[in-house]
Amino acid sequence: MQDRAIAGQNTQEVDRKINQDLLGNVLAAPMRFWLLLGFLALVVAMAGGAVGYMVNQGLGVTGLHRPVMWGFMITNFVFWVGISHAGVMLSAILRLSQAEWRRPATRAAEVVTVFALMTAIMMPIIHSGRPWRTLYWAFPYDFSRGIWPNVRSPLVWDPAAITTYLTSSILFVYVALIPDLAVARDRSTGIRKAIYSVVAMGWRGYPRQWRLQIIAGFLLSALILPVFVSVHSIVSWDFAVAQSVEGWHSTIFAPYFVIGAVLSGVSAVVTVMIILRYLFKWHDYITSDTIDSLGRLLVVVALAWFYFFALEILFGLYTLENSELALRKMQMFEPPYSYLFITFLLTAFVIPVPLWLFRSVRRSFLWMTITTILVNIGMWLERFLIIVPGMARKGDLTFNWSTYHPSIIEILIVIGTFALVGMLILLFSKVAPLIPIYDVKEGQILRDKITIGKVDVPAVKREE
Amino acid sequence: MAKKQVLGIFRTADNAALATDRLKEAGFAGSDYTVLTGSPYPEGAFGEETTKHRLYAFPFFGAAIGFSVAILLTTGTQVSYPLVTGGKPIIAVPAMAVITYEGTMLGAIIMTILGVLFESRLPRAVMGLYDTRITEGYIGIALNCPEERLQAADLVFRQAGADDVKHQK
Repeated sequence: MQDRAIAGQNTQEVDRKINQDLLGNVLAAPMRFWLLLGFLALVVAMAGGAVGYMVNQGLGVTGLHRPVMWGFMITNFVFWVGISHAGVMLSAILRLSQAEWRRPATRAAEVVTVFALMTAIMMPIIHSGRPWRTLYWAFPYDFSRGIWPNVRSPLVWDPAAITTYLTSSILFVYVALIPDLAVARDRSTGIRKAIYSVVAMGWRGYPRQWRLQIIAGFLLSALILPVFVSVHSIVSWDFAVAQSVEGWHSTIFAPYFVIGAVLSGVSAVVTVMIILRYLFKWHDYITSDTIDSLGRLLVVVALAWFYFFALEILFGLYTLENSELALRKMQMFEPPYSYLFITFLLTAFVIPVPLWLFRSVRRSFLWMTITTILVNIGMWLERFLIIVPGMARKGDLTFNWSTYHPSIIEILIVIGTFALVGMLILLFSKVAPLIPIYDVKEGQILRDKITIGKVDVPAVKREE
Repeated sequence: MAKKQVLGIFRTADNAALATDRLKEAGFAGSDYTVLTGSPYPEGAFGEETTKHRLYAFPFFGAAIGFSVAILLTTGTQVSYPLVTGGKPIIAVPAMAVITYEGTMLGAIIMTILGVLFESRLPRAVMGLYDTRITEGYIGIALNCPEERLQAADLVFRQAGADDVKHQK
């Protein structure tokens, strides 16, 4: 007995409906799409203006000063690297485990990864104040002056890891996109058809191509997972290998950062999926079941993150070093950091996790939107609280200590990055489907219903 | 002997599978035809032959290239600008390990992607006989057929329940 989730009398009707629903925005975007895109472009333009002003005037227009030389932009860098983690991690683990509910989630997750990572990599470049000079810090090209990157510096490890992750993620997305580009090619005309024909590379969909496509999904997932772990580990080493800043030199930082990245990233994917569901009316594809499954995953990830968070604090205090104790006291009990700490703890863990234990919350699009946004507010603050208080107390001489107030320029740049990621995701949705068409169609082919006694049980056929 | 393509368009997987059986009965080899679908079907659903591929070799080859380039890059930069730090050796192996790891993985992933394209025979300049209905749930069977057997192939497709049969011009 065949049970189709997408309404239709036969395969052709179902496939036509899937094509229409998922390619709708590619072929003819609704007015609300352009309005939202225009608004985001405006915010990005404002942030671009802020960057231009900062480059022209120098870093003096930011709130950075001795000893706090890493502020909003580096916090934002760590945050966006974290967001980028969920995407490919989620997609890779779900593919490898053949989780059936992965089908509508993988592409959006991968696309979030790519754009979050692009945004992240811009942050330290802008933060340098002289973006054009940063290239030779990371890439060995300055032959005439004999200047080479210092491979012992974590500031060179970062570009190596992020370049690897970004290149891999883009290629991963593209390979999985080829069959869907062929669908777009077959449904378009004129210059658009010519472009889709080139990027679809002559895909015809014969068994060997499908077989390789599926093997590639597994193989690339297995190869990208170790890269994903390495990237945020290396980002954490930007801090952990620095002995001079209190609170940073911690052996637990790598796994703590990785699990924190997964928590914020999966939350971001849920937020993005729900927004896309409303924007493109994908009610048949992103369902309560999908969000429920992601909610269960979030409970596990959040608990794992809290374990590492507690350990990080516990072992920091366990040293009984006065400077470490003073830093922790400042982080947790002295305003303004204490207000941020309480907000961080409430939004990242205390409020969302108990709520996710309720099935009705996990299946509610409104509640899941609110709780996942809360998590990311908390995770942004977590990164800020790791970076800034430590720097504010850098050094033994108390007259060197200071505090940090972000300038309007930095605030605009941070807001602009959120608009930039949103804008890039929307632009992507205009050229390619954000839900993998062939994957959804395959799900429909393999979907079944079996009758046991008096109940019909949904089932999925799977190859051995 | 000149060959031309014939494309049968089928509504159901059962009809397409029946058509491949009839083609074999009519004396066509498995390598003469291929099944075109808009989504992946379980392997062997149409009785098609499973062809071998060497995709698994590509990541190893890529990893070796990536590892070599990363070692060359990290060693070369340190030797070109020797900076003694704390009396430690110029070639800092722990630091190199990070970049070498990333280089190795990058090489493996790039070669895997190239392998997927190569083994999938992509990009393809000439698509051959095709029908856009294939991405609408129809199943196509593309047959390379000697000119004198075109009528027989057409008949096989129609008897198996093809909705449409297209011939190469």
